[in-house]
Amino acid sequence: MPDAILSALLFQAGYNAALVAIGSALLGIAAGAGGTFLFLRKRALISDAVAHATLPGIGLAFIAMVALGGDGRNLVGLLAGSAVSAAVGLLLVDWIVRHTRLAEDVAIGAILSVFFGLGIVLLTVIQTMSSGRQAGLEGFLLGSTAGMLRQDALVIAVGGALALAVLVLLRRPMTLVAFDPGYAAARGVRVQAVDLAMMGLVLAVTVIGLKVVGLILIVAMLIIPPVTARLWSERTDTVVAVAGVLGGLAGYLGAAISASAPNLPTGPIIVLVSFSLFCFSLLMAPSRGVLAAAVRHRRFQRRVHRRQGLLALARNEPILDPLTLKVLRRDGLIRPDKVATDAGRARAAKALRDERRWEVARRMHQDEGASGRYDGLTSIETVLTPDEIAAIDAEIGAPRLAGQGAN
Amino acid sequence: MDAFLQLSLAPILIGVLSAIACALPGNFLILRRQALIGDAISHVVLPGIVVAFLATGVIAALPMLVGAAGAALVAVVLIETIKRVGRIEPGAAMGVVFTAMFAGGVLLLEQTDTSAVHLDVEHALMGNLESLIWFDAAGWGSLVDPAALAGLPPELPRIAVVAAVIALLTFVFWRPLKLSTFDEGFAATVGVPTRTIGLALVAASAVAAVAAFDAVGSIIVIAMFICPPAAARLMTNRLEAQVGWSIVFATVSAILGYVFAGYGPLWFGAQNAVSAAGMIAAVSGAILAVACLAAPHRRRIGAAQGQG
Repeated sequence: MPDAILSALLFQAGYNAALVAIGSALLGIAAGAGGTFLFLRKRALISDAVAHATLPGIGLAFIAMVALGGDGRNLVGLLAGSAVSAAVGLLLVDWIVRHTRLAEDVAIGAILSVFFGLGIVLLTVIQTMSSGRQAGLEGFLLGSTAGMLRQDALVIAVGGALALAVLVLLRRPMTLVAFDPGYAAARGVRVQAVDLAMMGLVLAVTVIGLKVVGLILIVAMLIIPPVTARLWSERTDTVVAVAGVLGGLAGYLGAAISASAPNLPTGPIIVLVSFSLFCFSLLMAPSRGVLAAAVRHRRFQRRVHRRQGLLALARNEPILDPLTLKVLRRDGLIRPDKVATDAGRARAAKALRDERRWEVARRMHQDEGASGRYDGLTSIETVLTPDEIAAIDAEIGAPRLAGQGAN
Repeated sequence: MDAFLQLSLAPILIGVLSAIACALPGNFLILRRQALIGDAISHVVLPGIVVAFLATGVIAALPMLVGAAGAALVAVVLIETIKRVGRIEPGAAMGVVFTAMFAGGVLLLEQTDTSAVHLDVEHALMGNLESLIWFDAAGWGSLVDPAALAGLPPELPRIAVVAAVIALLTFVFWRPLKLSTFDEGFAATVGVPTRTIGLALVAASAVAAVAAFDAVGSIIVIAMFICPPAAARLMTNRLEAQVGWSIVFATVSAILGYVFAGYGPLWFGAQNAVSAAGMIAAVSGAILAVACLAAPHRRRIGAAQGQG
């Protein structure tokens, strides 16, 4: 199987498989980057309503095309139908939120379930039509790229590229609107139009992705890469770019893995690849990751123990805590028999003196920001100026050596 | 009449009970801005059921319920972890978890040979309400005949028990539930364990979803969590009345949906019935649409009247 995956990755598994892989990658880039704006506007789940609302359109388009004497399975026709019903669903969500007291999550859930229910009813109607037995419309639920026609693969590749182009053109106004709609409006950006364009982009990605990922899971391509990218960066441009790269990677790898063996449906594989990237990021990300948080916590713990240990040394108190002893010993501040080294005694004296400086500082600046910064770890030199510290020192008196009656 | 008893009575009852079991917790979910929890639960149930099937090798109620409940628990823990650790907003965290778990469920299902048993994705989505028939019915007398009653589809007593338990829990915990839904801070100060109540609500929703899912598929589950309570919300300002309305709407949706699906196509001269689950969801949507257009309390307080 590794060979099969490799050959699919290198576009040697056939022309169609290569087209599907490229199409999925383009789709993934457009979905990841476009989904970022949705995510930043905190409306990520609206894409779920859009995706489910495509189903009745697919059914109606099939019925209409058959009634007109055409081939009901024409992908462009089906996608056009799905786009129309998804747009209707989107407008209805908007209408419900605007005109009734129901919240957006209720509107999303209602549209999602009702449109999906209608779609299922239409699918059962189609199953009973003479031309509907082989319609294969169920493939739109979970996506199916096996046996995809060449022209269908082309539609997906071209569609993905177009969505990406629109995204590149509109990235500036969309960033502005995502962060501060009021400011954007003041700058002369037409917020409603940009919002509409953003939703249009989401709709386009959803519709193009129907055949590959399926309507139940397409929402994952719009949500998981932006969330993953957000873990890595605090800057919009970077998040958009990283989300695009992650989405494209997931689409490409997923399509290739899926093409390499039977019983590996494309949609779920793409989603799981995307989720694996997310899990990796959650562990490894620089500031929001689990490992980074653990390292930060450990570092903090050591600083607290080092300071408590130094104060204990300065006051000639016995140190019992094993972690404190370990930290001090590792830093060369005490000898193995728990007696302070020269460096340790110097640091201990400094710690104790800083403690007394803080005491005086807090008395002198009772209602100022500086005294609020006292947490035992912030060094006083970073808060007060040298002459302020000198004034405090004048009050305390000359430094005395630790262990010789510091108090 | 026998045909009605055999073919339609059990599905209608199961549909109604499923709808009520989901609508009851749904009332509180929509007020707490957690409406999409139902959506998430109905997706993550799939991997739980598949894993339960792989572990036991049979399609039985108990392991499936345990598996589904386990999956729901895993999902809740994952969502909380992602929210806390990654500082991600709740909606997006939910989207990440439920799609990934659903994808895992589909993949597992495709990888295992389940052709011998009735377990596939479409069944999970659409349910098979129509197949829950009562062969042993022979006239109204069967309703009191223990031998015939024993032939009822096992889904019926199961969903009946779940619906009864959820109704009982709602009744018993009414005051703390209402308090913590409307004013969490106040509820906490008078000693209501708000976190426990919140978790219990999600757990009860999961149980309702799993039991209903088994019988009617996930579309109805999502629709019934949201549409009847949402329509009821537009009818009244009192929680008691809202719950009452939601039960009425759920019942009407289930009955009308089943009837339209089974007999509607015949009125139009078609031969075959359409999906009952889909039709029930559609009817509940129609009720919500009417409520949005005409219900007495449809507007936000303070919203512009008239052309608002």
